[in-house]
Amino acid sequence: MSKSNFKKIYHSFIHTFPILFLFFLAFTGFDLSFHLFENNYSFNFMYVVIFYWVLKKPERLGYGLIFLTGIINDVVQNFPIGISSINYLLLCAIAAFIRARTLMPSLLYDWVFFLIAILIVTSVNFSVLTIVFEYPIKYGILMFSSFLTFLIYPALSKLFDTITLIDLREENAK
Amino acid sequence: MASDAGRDDFIIAIRSAFLKKGTRQKFSLFTLLIISLLVLSLEYFKTGPVNVFRSFTKDLIFKGSYFISEPFVYIKKNYYNLVEHLNMYDEYTELKKKDYDLTNLIYENNFYKSENKRLKILIDEKNTLSNEYLLSKVLLDQQSPYLKSAIINKGFKHGIKLGVAVKENSYFVGKIINVNFLTSRILLVSDLNSKIPVIIEPSGANAILSGQGHNDYAVLEYLPKLKKIKKGDIVYTSGVDNIIPQAIPIGKVIEKEENFFVEFFVDINQIKYVNINK
Repeated sequence: MSKSNFKKIYHSFIHTFPILFLFFLAFTGFDLSFHLFENNYSFNFMYVVIFYWVLKKPERLGYGLIFLTGIINDVVQNFPIGISSINYLLLCAIAAFIRARTLMPSLLYDWVFFLIAILIVTSVNFSVLTIVFEYPIKYGILMFSSFLTFLIYPALSKLFDTITLIDLREENAK
Repeated sequence: MASDAGRDDFIIAIRSAFLKKGTRQKFSLFTLLIISLLVLSLEYFKTGPVNVFRSFTKDLIFKGSYFISEPFVYIKKNYYNLVEHLNMYDEYTELKKKDYDLTNLIYENNFYKSENKRLKILIDEKNTLSNEYLLSKVLLDQQSPYLKSAIINKGFKHGIKLGVAVKENSYFVGKIINVNFLTSRILLVSDLNSKIPVIIEPSGANAILSGQGHNDYAVLEYLPKLKKIKKGDIVYTSGVDNIIPQAIPIGKVIEKEENFFVEFFVDINQIKYVNINK
Protein backbone atom coordinates (compact mmCIF):
# COMPACT_ATOMS: atom_id res chain seq x y z
CA MET A 1 0.00 0.00 0.00
CA SER A 2 1.40 3.37 -1.00
CA LYS A 3 1.98 6.11 1.52
CA SER A 4 -0.72 8.38 0.04
CA ASN A 5 -3.32 5.60 0.24
CA PHE A 6 -2.42 4.90 3.84
CA LYS A 7 -2.70 8.62 4.61
CA LYS A 8 -6.11 8.75 2.91
CA ILE A 9 -7.38 5.85 5.01
CA TYR A 10 -5.97 7.46 8.14
CA HIS A 11 -7.72 10.80 7.33
CA SER A 12 -11.01 9.03 6.64
CA PHE A 13 -10.66 7.11 9.90
CA ILE A 14 -10.04 10.27 11.92
CA HIS A 15 -12.87 12.08 10.13
CA THR A 16 -15.41 9.33 10.72
CA PHE A 17 -14.04 8.29 14.12
CA PRO A 18 -17.16 9.19 16.18
CA ILE A 19 -19.46 7.22 13.84
CA LEU A 20 -17.14 4.20 13.70
CA PHE A 21 -16.61 4.23 17.46
CA LEU A 22 -20.33 4.56 18.14
CA PHE A 23 -21.21 1.63 15.86
CA PHE A 24 -18.39 -0.44 17.32
CA LEU A 25 -19.76 0.16 20.83
CA ALA A 26 -23.31 -0.64 19.74
CA PHE A 27 -22.45 -3.86 17.90
CA THR A 28 -20.07 -5.26 20.52
CA GLY A 29 -21.87 -3.96 23.62
CA PHE A 30 -18.41 -3.01 24.89
CA ASP A 31 -18.62 -1.43 28.35
CA LEU A 32 -15.26 -2.40 29.90
CA SER A 33 -17.05 -4.09 32.79
CA PHE A 34 -14.94 -5.76 35.42
CA HIS A 35 -15.39 -7.30 38.84
CA LEU A 36 -13.47 -5.95 41.81
CA PHE A 37 -14.01 -6.42 45.57
CA GLU A 38 -17.35 -8.19 45.04
CA ASN A 39 -18.64 -5.30 42.92
CA ASN A 40 -19.33 -4.97 39.21
CA TYR A 41 -17.95 -1.87 37.53
CA SER A 42 -19.01 -0.79 34.06
CA PHE A 43 -19.11 2.38 32.00
CA ASN A 44 -21.55 3.61 29.42
CA PHE A 45 -19.21 4.89 26.71
CA MET A 46 -22.12 5.56 24.36
CA TYR A 47 -23.34 8.39 26.59
CA VAL A 48 -19.90 10.04 26.62
CA VAL A 49 -19.42 9.73 22.85
CA ILE A 50 -22.87 11.07 22.00
CA PHE A 51 -22.77 13.91 24.52
CA TYR A 52 -19.26 15.02 23.58
CA TRP A 53 -19.70 15.01 19.79
CA VAL A 54 -23.18 16.57 19.79
CA LEU A 55 -21.86 19.29 22.10
CA LYS A 56 -18.61 19.98 20.29
CA LYS A 57 -18.94 18.83 16.66
CA PRO A 58 -22.57 17.97 15.87
CA GLU A 59 -21.87 17.81 12.12
CA ARG A 60 -19.74 14.69 12.69
CA LEU A 61 -22.52 12.62 14.23
CA GLY A 62 -25.95 12.60 12.56
CA TYR A 63 -29.06 12.12 14.68
CA GLY A 64 -30.23 9.40 12.28
CA LEU A 65 -27.10 7.37 12.97
CA ILE A 66 -27.53 7.85 16.71
CA PHE A 67 -31.09 6.57 16.38
CA LEU A 68 -29.79 3.52 14.47
CA THR A 69 -27.11 2.73 17.06
CA GLY A 70 -29.83 2.87 19.71
CA ILE A 71 -31.78 0.18 17.85
CA ILE A 72 -28.64 -1.99 17.51
CA ASN A 73 -27.80 -1.51 21.19
CA ASP A 74 -31.31 -2.61 22.20
CA VAL A 75 -31.05 -5.80 20.17
CA VAL A 76 -27.58 -6.64 21.51
CA GLN A 77 -28.45 -5.83 25.13
CA ASN A 78 -31.92 -7.43 24.98
CA PHE A 79 -33.79 -4.22 25.86
CA PRO A 80 -37.20 -3.33 24.35
CA ILE A 81 -36.34 -2.06 20.85
CA GLY A 82 -36.45 1.74 20.73
CA ILE A 83 -35.64 2.52 24.38
CA SER A 84 -31.94 3.25 23.80
CA SER A 85 -32.80 5.43 20.79
CA ILE A 86 -35.04 7.54 23.02
CA ASN A 87 -32.27 7.80 25.64
CA TYR A 88 -29.62 8.79 23.13
CA LEU A 89 -31.87 11.32 21.38
CA LEU A 90 -32.80 12.81 24.73
CA LEU A 91 -29.09 13.12 25.51
CA CYS A 92 -28.61 14.80 22.12
CA ALA A 93 -31.41 17.25 22.92
CA ILE A 94 -29.80 18.17 26.25
CA ALA A 95 -26.36 18.54 24.61
CA ALA A 96 -27.83 20.68 21.80
CA PHE A 97 -29.65 22.82 24.37
CA ILE A 98 -26.43 23.35 26.35
CA ARG A 99 -24.57 24.20 23.13
CA ALA A 100 -27.17 26.84 22.28
CA ARG A 101 -26.98 28.37 25.78
CA THR A 102 -23.20 28.29 26.36
CA LEU A 103 -21.09 31.32 25.49
CA MET A 104 -17.75 30.29 27.04
CA PRO A 105 -17.33 26.51 26.89
CA SER A 106 -15.15 24.89 29.55
CA LEU A 107 -14.49 21.31 30.58
CA LEU A 108 -15.85 21.89 34.09
CA TYR A 109 -19.20 23.21 32.79
CA ASP A 110 -19.44 20.35 30.31
CA TRP A 111 -18.69 17.85 33.06
CA VAL A 112 -21.38 19.23 35.40
CA PHE A 113 -23.94 19.39 32.58
CA PHE A 114 -22.99 15.85 31.58
CA LEU A 115 -23.85 14.67 35.10
CA ILE A 116 -27.24 16.40 34.93
CA ALA A 117 -27.84 14.97 31.44
CA ILE A 118 -27.04 11.36 32.35
CA LEU A 119 -29.08 11.61 35.55
CA ILE A 120 -32.11 12.72 33.51
CA VAL A 121 -31.55 10.10 30.81
CA THR A 122 -30.93 7.25 33.29
CA SER A 123 -34.03 8.19 35.28
CA VAL A 124 -36.17 8.22 32.12
CA ASN A 125 -34.60 4.90 31.07
CA PHE A 126 -35.29 3.28 34.45
CA SER A 127 -38.85 4.65 34.63
CA VAL A 128 -39.81 3.43 31.14
CA LEU A 129 -38.19 0.03 31.66
CA THR A 130 -39.77 -0.65 35.04
CA ILE A 131 -43.16 1.06 34.72
CA VAL A 132 -44.04 0.39 31.09
CA PHE A 133 -42.21 -2.88 30.39
CA GLU A 134 -41.86 -4.26 33.96
CA TYR A 135 -38.27 -5.02 33.04
CA PRO A 136 -36.31 -6.41 36.03
CA ILE A 137 -33.45 -3.96 36.40
CA LYS A 138 -31.70 -2.76 39.54
CA TYR A 139 -31.74 1.00 40.08
CA GLY A 140 -28.52 0.92 42.11
CA ILE A 141 -26.52 -0.78 39.34
CA LEU A 142 -27.84 1.64 36.72
CA MET A 143 -26.98 4.70 38.83
CA PHE A 144 -23.58 3.35 39.85
CA SER A 145 -22.69 2.77 36.19
CA SER A 146 -23.86 6.32 35.37
CA PHE A 147 -21.73 7.72 38.17
CA LEU A 148 -18.65 5.85 36.88
CA THR A 149 -19.40 7.17 33.39
CA PHE A 150 -19.53 10.68 34.84
CA LEU A 151 -16.10 10.17 36.44
CA ILE A 152 -14.37 9.15 33.20
CA TYR A 153 -15.86 12.01 31.14
CA PRO A 154 -12.86 14.40 31.52
CA ALA A 155 -10.35 11.73 30.42
CA LEU A 156 -12.38 10.73 27.37
CA SER A 157 -13.13 14.38 26.63
CA LYS A 158 -9.37 15.11 26.48
CA LEU A 159 -8.87 12.15 24.15
CA PHE A 160 -11.68 13.28 21.86
CA ASP A 161 -10.28 16.84 21.94
CA THR A 162 -7.02 15.47 20.55
CA ILE A 163 -8.87 13.60 17.78
CA THR A 164 -10.88 16.72 16.94
CA LEU A 165 -7.66 18.75 16.73
CA ILE A 166 -6.02 16.21 14.42
CA ASP A 167 -9.12 16.25 12.21
CA LEU A 168 -9.16 20.07 12.20
CA ARG A 169 -5.47 20.16 11.28
CA GLU A 170 -6.05 17.79 8.38
CA GLU A 171 -8.99 19.87 7.15
CA ASN A 172 -6.98 23.10 7.35
CA ALA A 173 -4.08 21.47 5.51
CA LYS A 174 -6.51 20.54 2.71
CA MET B 1 -38.07 42.77 31.15
CA ALA B 2 -34.78 40.91 31.66
CA SER B 3 -36.64 37.80 32.85
CA ASP B 4 -38.82 37.92 29.70
CA ALA B 5 -35.70 37.99 27.52
CA GLY B 6 -34.21 35.11 29.53
CA ARG B 7 -37.38 33.06 29.08
CA ASP B 8 -37.41 33.80 25.36
CA ASP B 9 -33.79 32.67 25.08
CA PHE B 10 -34.65 29.50 26.96
CA ILE B 11 -37.56 28.72 24.65
CA ILE B 12 -35.46 29.51 21.57
CA ALA B 13 -32.72 27.13 22.82
CA ILE B 14 -35.26 24.33 23.39
CA ARG B 15 -36.88 24.88 19.97
CA SER B 16 -33.46 24.94 18.35
CA ALA B 17 -32.44 21.69 20.11
CA PHE B 18 -35.54 19.76 19.10
CA LEU B 19 -36.54 21.20 15.74
CA LYS B 20 -33.39 22.58 14.07
CA LYS B 21 -31.70 20.35 11.53
CA GLY B 22 -27.93 20.59 11.24
CA THR B 23 -25.99 21.04 8.01
CA ARG B 24 -25.93 17.34 7.20
CA GLN B 25 -28.91 16.22 9.29
CA LYS B 26 -31.88 14.72 7.46
CA PHE B 27 -34.19 14.51 10.45
CA SER B 28 -34.83 16.76 13.42
CA LEU B 29 -34.54 15.36 16.93
CA PHE B 30 -38.27 15.72 17.42
CA THR B 31 -39.05 13.57 14.33
CA LEU B 32 -36.61 10.87 15.44
CA LEU B 33 -38.02 10.86 18.97
CA ILE B 34 -41.52 10.28 17.53
CA ILE B 35 -40.14 7.44 15.34
CA SER B 36 -38.41 5.90 18.40
CA LEU B 37 -41.67 6.00 20.35
CA LEU B 38 -43.47 4.30 17.46
CA VAL B 39 -40.76 1.60 17.28
CA LEU B 40 -40.99 1.12 21.04
CA SER B 41 -44.77 0.75 20.88
CA LEU B 42 -44.27 -2.15 18.42
CA GLU B 43 -42.89 -4.16 21.38
CA TYR B 44 -46.48 -4.91 22.34
CA PHE B 45 -46.91 -7.04 19.21
CA LYS B 46 -45.47 -10.42 20.15
CA THR B 47 -46.87 -12.34 17.16
CA GLY B 48 -47.62 -11.81 13.47
CA PRO B 49 -45.62 -9.97 10.81
CA VAL B 50 -44.14 -7.49 13.32
CA ASN B 51 -42.59 -10.35 15.26
CA VAL B 52 -41.25 -12.00 12.08
CA PHE B 53 -39.69 -8.71 10.99
CA ARG B 54 -38.22 -8.21 14.48
CA SER B 55 -36.82 -11.74 14.43
CA PHE B 56 -35.07 -11.19 11.06
CA THR B 57 -33.72 -7.80 12.18
CA LYS B 58 -32.28 -9.38 15.32
CA ASP B 59 -30.68 -12.18 13.28
CA LEU B 60 -29.07 -9.61 11.00
CA ILE B 61 -27.74 -7.52 13.91
CA PHE B 62 -26.43 -10.60 15.74
CA LYS B 63 -24.56 -11.77 12.65
CA GLY B 64 -23.07 -8.27 12.22
CA SER B 65 -22.16 -8.17 15.87
CA TYR B 66 -20.53 -11.60 15.57
CA PHE B 67 -18.27 -10.48 12.72
CA ILE B 68 -17.30 -7.22 14.43
CA SER B 69 -16.60 -8.97 17.75
CA GLU B 70 -14.63 -11.82 16.16
CA PRO B 71 -11.12 -10.28 16.58
CA PHE B 72 -11.83 -9.52 20.25
CA VAL B 73 -13.27 -12.98 20.84
CA TYR B 74 -10.10 -14.40 19.27
CA ILE B 75 -7.90 -12.37 21.64
CA LYS B 76 -10.02 -13.39 24.65
CA LYS B 77 -9.91 -17.05 23.63
CA ASN B 78 -6.14 -16.96 23.32
CA TYR B 79 -5.78 -15.21 26.65
CA TYR B 80 -7.77 -17.97 28.39
CA ASN B 81 -5.78 -20.62 26.50
CA LEU B 82 -2.57 -19.05 27.77
CA VAL B 83 -3.86 -18.94 31.36
CA GLU B 84 -4.94 -22.57 31.07
CA HIS B 85 -1.56 -23.51 29.67
CA LEU B 86 0.25 -21.76 32.52
CA ASN B 87 -1.93 -23.53 35.11
CA MET B 88 -1.54 -26.94 33.49
CA TYR B 89 1.41 -28.11 35.54
CA ASP B 90 -0.25 -27.21 38.89
CA GLU B 91 -3.46 -28.97 37.86
CA TYR B 92 -1.53 -32.04 36.78
CA THR B 93 0.30 -32.21 40.14
CA GLU B 94 -2.97 -31.82 42.04
CA LEU B 95 -4.70 -34.55 40.00
CA LYS B 96 -1.77 -36.88 40.46
CA LYS B 97 -2.10 -36.59 44.23
CA LYS B 98 -5.76 -37.66 44.12
CA ASP B 99 -6.40 -41.35 43.82
CA TYR B 100 -9.33 -41.83 41.44
CA ASP B 101 -10.59 -45.31 40.70
CA LEU B 102 -12.36 -44.22 37.52
CA THR B 103 -13.33 -47.67 36.23
CA ASN B 104 -15.04 -48.49 39.49
CA LEU B 105 -16.82 -45.11 39.50
CA ILE B 106 -18.13 -45.68 35.96
CA TYR B 107 -19.53 -49.11 36.91
CA GLU B 108 -21.12 -47.64 40.03
CA ASN B 109 -22.65 -44.82 37.99
CA ASN B 110 -24.08 -47.24 35.41
CA PHE B 111 -25.57 -49.34 38.20
CA TYR B 112 -27.32 -46.31 39.76
CA LYS B 113 -28.59 -45.20 36.35
CA SER B 114 -30.21 -48.54 35.56
CA GLU B 115 -31.59 -48.79 39.10
CA ASN B 116 -33.08 -45.31 38.77
CA LYS B 117 -34.69 -46.25 35.46
CA ARG B 118 -36.19 -49.42 36.95
CA LEU B 119 -37.57 -47.57 40.00
CA LYS B 120 -39.13 -44.89 37.79
CA ILE B 121 -40.98 -47.57 35.82
CA LEU B 122 -42.12 -49.12 39.11
CA ILE B 123 -43.61 -45.86 40.42
CA ASP B 124 -45.09 -45.16 36.97
CA GLU B 125 -43.37 -41.79 36.51
CA LYS B 126 -43.69 -40.47 32.98
CA ASN B 127 -40.63 -39.01 31.37
CA THR B 128 -42.18 -36.15 29.45
CA LEU B 129 -38.91 -34.39 28.79
CA SER B 130 -36.75 -35.11 25.80
CA ASN B 131 -33.19 -36.22 26.31
CA GLU B 132 -32.17 -35.18 22.82
CA TYR B 133 -29.78 -32.29 22.59
CA LEU B 134 -28.76 -30.03 19.73
CA LEU B 135 -25.17 -28.85 19.54
CA SER B 136 -24.80 -25.13 18.94
CA LYS B 137 -22.00 -22.57 18.69
CA VAL B 138 -21.92 -19.48 20.88
CA LEU B 139 -21.76 -16.42 18.61
CA LEU B 140 -21.63 -13.71 21.25
CA ASP B 141 -21.51 -13.57 24.99
CA GLN B 142 -22.92 -10.45 26.53
CA GLN B 143 -21.38 -9.96 29.95
CA SER B 144 -22.46 -6.68 31.49
CA PRO B 145 -23.79 -5.97 35.00
CA TYR B 146 -27.32 -5.78 33.56
CA LEU B 147 -27.19 -8.86 31.45
CA LYS B 148 -25.34 -12.16 31.40
CA SER B 149 -26.43 -13.81 28.21
CA ALA B 150 -25.10 -15.55 25.13
CA ILE B 151 -26.26 -15.67 21.54
CA ILE B 152 -26.18 -19.05 19.76
CA ASN B 153 -26.37 -19.90 16.07
CA LYS B 154 -29.58 -21.92 16.23
CA GLY B 155 -33.12 -20.55 16.09
CA PHE B 156 -36.68 -21.73 15.58
CA LYS B 157 -35.68 -22.96 12.11
CA HIS B 158 -33.64 -25.63 13.94
CA GLY B 159 -36.39 -26.48 16.42
CA ILE B 160 -35.26 -24.40 19.41
CA LYS B 161 -38.05 -23.68 21.89
CA LEU B 162 -38.44 -20.95 24.49
CA GLY B 163 -37.46 -21.82 28.07
CA VAL B 164 -35.53 -25.03 27.36
CA ALA B 165 -32.33 -25.97 29.19
CA VAL B 166 -28.84 -25.30 27.84
CA LYS B 167 -25.83 -27.36 28.89
CA GLU B 168 -22.11 -27.22 28.35
CA ASN B 169 -20.93 -30.83 28.26
CA SER B 170 -23.09 -32.24 31.06
CA TYR B 171 -23.44 -29.08 33.14
CA PHE B 172 -26.29 -26.60 33.22
CA VAL B 173 -25.46 -23.09 31.97
CA GLY B 174 -28.83 -21.41 31.43
CA LYS B 175 -32.09 -21.42 29.52
CA ILE B 176 -33.37 -20.03 26.23
CA ILE B 177 -35.21 -16.72 26.68
CA ASN B 178 -35.44 -15.45 23.13
CA VAL B 179 -35.78 -17.37 19.87
CA ASN B 180 -35.28 -15.78 16.44
CA PHE B 181 -35.27 -17.41 13.02
CA LEU B 182 -31.54 -18.30 12.96
CA THR B 183 -30.31 -17.28 16.41
CA SER B 184 -31.40 -17.56 20.05
CA ARG B 185 -30.46 -15.94 23.34
CA ILE B 186 -29.48 -17.90 26.45
CA LEU B 187 -30.04 -16.33 29.85
CA LEU B 188 -27.02 -17.55 31.77
CA VAL B 189 -27.46 -18.99 35.26
CA SER B 190 -25.31 -16.12 36.60
CA ASP B 191 -27.70 -13.38 35.41
CA LEU B 192 -29.53 -11.29 38.01
CA ASN B 193 -32.87 -12.35 36.58
CA SER B 194 -32.10 -16.06 36.46
CA LYS B 195 -34.20 -18.15 38.89
CA ILE B 196 -33.78 -21.91 38.57
CA PRO B 197 -35.58 -24.53 40.73
CA VAL B 198 -32.90 -26.83 42.12
CA ILE B 199 -32.44 -29.83 44.37
CA ILE B 200 -29.47 -30.19 46.72
CA GLU B 201 -28.05 -33.67 47.18
CA PRO B 202 -27.65 -35.70 49.37
CA SER B 203 -30.12 -33.85 51.64
CA GLY B 204 -32.76 -33.63 48.88
CA ALA B 205 -33.65 -30.04 49.82
CA ASN B 206 -35.45 -27.96 47.20
CA ALA B 207 -34.47 -24.33 46.61
CA ILE B 208 -34.27 -21.59 44.01
CA LEU B 209 -30.91 -20.73 42.52
CA SER B 210 -30.82 -17.01 41.94
CA GLY B 211 -28.14 -15.33 39.79
CA GLN B 212 -26.05 -12.58 41.36
CA GLY B 213 -24.45 -11.11 38.25
CA HIS B 214 -21.27 -12.91 39.27
CA ASN B 215 -19.63 -15.34 36.84
CA ASP B 216 -18.48 -17.86 39.46
CA TYR B 217 -21.45 -18.35 41.79
CA ALA B 218 -25.17 -17.78 42.48
CA VAL B 219 -27.15 -17.69 45.72
CA LEU B 220 -29.53 -20.34 47.07
CA GLU B 221 -32.89 -18.88 48.08
CA TYR B 222 -35.98 -20.28 49.83
CA LEU B 223 -33.98 -22.99 51.57
CA PRO B 224 -36.02 -25.17 53.97
CA LYS B 225 -35.13 -24.48 57.62
CA LEU B 226 -34.91 -28.08 58.77
CA LYS B 227 -32.84 -29.62 55.99
CA LYS B 228 -29.13 -29.87 56.65
CA ILE B 229 -27.06 -28.40 53.86
CA LYS B 230 -23.33 -28.37 53.97
CA LYS B 231 -20.35 -27.16 52.02
CA GLY B 232 -19.54 -29.39 49.04
CA ASP B 233 -23.11 -30.68 48.43
CA ILE B 234 -23.98 -30.99 44.75
CA VAL B 235 -26.78 -28.90 43.25
CA TYR B 236 -28.90 -30.25 40.36
CA THR B 237 -31.88 -28.91 38.45
CA SER B 238 -35.04 -30.21 40.13
CA GLY B 239 -37.25 -30.13 37.02
CA VAL B 240 -40.31 -28.99 39.00
CA ASP B 241 -41.07 -26.34 36.39
CA ASN B 242 -41.59 -29.14 33.82
CA ILE B 243 -39.52 -27.26 31.24
CA ILE B 244 -35.96 -27.80 32.42
CA PRO B 245 -35.13 -31.52 32.82
CA GLN B 246 -34.21 -32.77 36.27
CA ALA B 247 -30.79 -33.90 37.49
CA ILE B 248 -28.57 -31.62 35.41
CA PRO B 249 -25.59 -30.80 37.64
CA ILE B 250 -25.07 -27.04 38.19
CA GLY B 251 -22.39 -26.71 40.84
CA LYS B 252 -21.39 -27.34 44.43
CA VAL B 253 -22.44 -25.56 47.62
CA ILE B 254 -20.10 -23.01 49.19
CA GLU B 255 -20.70 -20.95 52.33
CA LYS B 256 -20.05 -17.23 52.55
CA GLU B 257 -21.03 -14.96 55.46
CA GLU B 258 -23.66 -17.48 56.70
CA ASN B 259 -25.29 -17.66 53.26
CA PHE B 260 -25.22 -20.63 50.92
CA PHE B 261 -23.99 -20.10 47.38
CA VAL B 262 -23.44 -22.44 44.47
CA GLU B 263 -20.12 -22.42 42.70
CA PHE B 264 -20.69 -23.30 39.03
CA PHE B 265 -19.01 -26.31 37.44
CA VAL B 266 -18.83 -24.36 34.17
CA ASP B 267 -16.58 -21.39 33.50
CA ILE B 268 -19.23 -18.95 32.25
CA ASN B 269 -16.56 -16.79 30.58
CA GLN B 270 -15.38 -19.55 28.30
CA ILE B 271 -18.46 -21.15 26.80
CA LYS B 272 -17.84 -21.97 23.13
CA TYR B 273 -20.33 -24.74 22.32
CA VAL B 274 -23.54 -25.67 24.09
CA ASN B 275 -26.13 -28.44 24.02
CA ILE B 276 -29.76 -27.36 23.83
CA ASN B 277 -32.60 -29.56 24.98
CA LYS B 278 -34.90 -30.16 21.96
